[in-house]
Amino acid sequence: MTFEPKIVGFLCNWCSYAGADLAGVSRISYPTNIRVIRLMCSGRVDPVIVLETLAQGADGVMVMGCHIGDCHYITGNLQAERKIDMLKKLLARTGLEAERLRLEWVSASEGGRFAELVKHFTDQLKKLGPSPLAGDKPDKNILAGVLAAKAAAEDFRLRLLVGREKTMIDDGNVYGEEVSEEELDKVLDEIIDTEYVRNRIYLLVKNEPLSVKELSKRLDLDSQMVLRHIVVMRRRGLITVDRVERTSPLYTALEVGQ
Amino acid sequence: MGANDEVRIGVFICHCGINIGGIVNVPKVVEYAKKLPDVVYAEDNLYTCSSVGISKIKEGIKEHNLNRVIVASCTPRTHEPLFRAACEEAGVNKYLFEMANIRDQCSWAHMHEPEKATEKAKDLVRMAVAKARKLKPQEEPEIDVTPSALVIGGGISGMTAALCLANQGFEVHIVEKEPELGGMLRHLHKLYPTMQDASERLNQVVNAVKSNKRIKVLTSTVVKQVKGFIGNFRVTVEKGKSKTLNLEIGTIVVATGAANFEPIGMYGYKQFDNVITQFQLEQLLKTRQLERPQRVVMIQCVGAREEKGRTYCSRICCMTAIKNATLIKELFPEAEIYILFRDLQTYGKEYETCYLDARSKFIQFIKYVQERPPEVTSGPSGKLVVKIYDALLNSEIEIPSDLVVLSTPLIPHEDTKELSQILKVSLGPHGFFFEAHVKLRPIDFATDGIYVCGTAHSPKDTAESVSQAFGVASRAAIPMAVKRLRTEAITAVVDENLCSGCGTCVKLCPYGAIEKDEKGVARITQVVCKGCGVCAASCPENAIEMCHFTKEQVTAQALAALGRPFA
Repeated sequence: MTFEPKIVGFLCNWCSYAGADLAGVSRISYPTNIRVIRLMCSGRVDPVIVLETLAQGADGVMVMGCHIGDCHYITGNLQAERKIDMLKKLLARTGLEAERLRLEWVSASEGGRFAELVKHFTDQLKKLGPSPLAGDKPDKNILAGVLAAKAAAEDFRLRLLVGREKTMIDDGNVYGEEVSEEELDKVLDEIIDTEYVRNRIYLLVKNEPLSVKELSKRLDLDSQMVLRHIVVMRRRGLITVDRVERTSPLYTALEVGQ
Repeated sequence: MGANDEVRIGVFICHCGINIGGIVNVPKVVEYAKKLPDVVYAEDNLYTCSSVGISKIKEGIKEHNLNRVIVASCTPRTHEPLFRAACEEAGVNKYLFEMANIRDQCSWAHMHEPEKATEKAKDLVRMAVAKARKLKPQEEPEIDVTPSALVIGGGISGMTAALCLANQGFEVHIVEKEPELGGMLRHLHKLYPTMQDASERLNQVVNAVKSNKRIKVLTSTVVKQVKGFIGNFRVTVEKGKSKTLNLEIGTIVVATGAANFEPIGMYGYKQFDNVITQFQLEQLLKTRQLERPQRVVMIQCVGAREEKGRTYCSRICCMTAIKNATLIKELFPEAEIYILFRDLQTYGKEYETCYLDARSKFIQFIKYVQERPPEVTSGPSGKLVVKIYDALLNSEIEIPSDLVVLSTPLIPHEDTKELSQILKVSLGPHGFFFEAHVKLRPIDFATDGIYVCGTAHSPKDTAESVSQAFGVASRAAIPMAVKRLRTEAITAVVDENLCSGCGTCVKLCPYGAIEKDEKGVARITQVVCKGCGVCAASCPENAIEMCHFTKEQVTAQALAALGRPFA
């Protein structure tokens, strides 16, 4: 049997969902692969929901909202855009193809466009093949990556930055200084890197106590870098020394929130 | 039937005649539904939305003690209210209802793939069940409406709306920033197509407003702050420099009008004395100060219908030029009058007649093209010379003239942006106030309880402004007439214990529904919240939940789509 990708769509009620309805009303055919979830606004799409959907094996996720400037909630789609940008950056680090996530604008009158986009995405996913996380035997390494990405997306540091990004570009930072999109992008990149790696470390040592050397090997990361993260994570009370083997300490996770 | 009892789901699957049943194997979907967790009953209907179908839902609820209902049929965008009402009548909270869209987004789109369509329909039902299991009943809050309206702007639109509201028995406050009522009409001479004196028309309305006991007029007054929401606005206005007043308001009408564009640097305006705007000509005519001209040239679309910037048509200029040209011709029959136009838009009732009348009076109309606009220069005798490429003759002509009149567009007042921020309503691309929907809600703002009319919305003439004012008065009266309102239950809620008071949501909320309370945590005013869920998706502490679209419910739907077992 040929591979039929499973696509989960998150569509805003006012434009995209109406556009999807119109495709049907106009009897425009498109592949059956998409399963649509209706939300009030594309801005409702929490990055954590998308990462959980991908972790559970969706071959593709499509977020659709009103065209820029047409959002029923004025600026919700701009927030969706920020979140998908962040998600794509996170995904790029996990080993799961970032093109499995797609953001598109579809208006209530664009039934044809909706059908086109679904067809295009389905074809693209067919070429890409099944998600390494689909089925009962997901790729362990990639899954660990996506779960770390999900943990990072749940953490307040990334959420605060992404939530404030738009207002910082519009109104400047708390000191009233103008912040350019490029500058913010750079900061976002750095924070995503840091948060992603720390969450990987956390999830790894939650499973079993590990040394810096072992972590560095598993994450394919310079040991000095790992050590630097370990120092911060210890200070934040995320991890502690479990025991010392030969001369190297083995680290283990503490319950978060304690 | 509380939501805390054991979950008992009933699934009603519609054939929609042959619309669904002709493609999707409905009986198979029914059998599939019956096996899903917590589904205690499933049946198919020929038309679930028919009166028979509706009573089947109600019977099903009673017979099987259902506390969650799913209808798999068309789109919730059209039919959810009907099925929700059926649930409510049978004693099930309407927020315990869920729909699976197996027609618009399944059978109609996959007519040539019946088997795959059936599989998709099963998945859509499975997703609906996954969500329904997690649904919680919601209560719609009720609010009282203060029977008092605020009209911002005391021009013809604002006063007309105010009179209309007062005549329905409501108290009205008119806030006008100028020292007297009247707005733009105070400066105009005559109104087309009737040629009625603007002051005559205006005085009737001003007198009616002033003598109406229910209308309170505040001149030299501006709106400083608006807090609250539909039915319960708390408005602070400032009279003069020092005196502030607080008003309790139910609904707000924005009728602030528009300004005239000053064409500085265009066609010799402010460079030559005899280059004036149509608005200035209007005043010369009104005060009878226009000196006998030999030749008058009017140039249309000055600073309007541009490639960039003011791309819009100002709608009133063609008729204003025709009207004023006709008036000049009546005063000075021997004067030659030329109207240089790009396109002549005499669209309204009787407007074309005015144009034909002008032509019969030998007023000359010359078409120019945007790429080669007219030029105004000073000729040898000190007279003005207008050079124009006549597109129809395909030749350049020169018209010596002693008066050049520029038709410029209406533009938003300078303080429009500030007022839009105070009211938390949107502006369109040209800076005019922007309605909720151009066809469906043309005089409402997206924010409930605030409405717009007149030239504050877009350029329009007196007749159109008055029509819109009547419309607005009707819209603004509805909440005050019903006295109590039920508002949306699908709103966001904050878990105070998790909130760190970072204020991210306060900044993100497009409706200003969130503020920090005295404890420093976020508080959402439920009746202002529109339920977009942006705050919930962004909260750094995951302290905000979006009712009816919770993270748990949406995730459950997504995993159900992937065939993962129910949590």
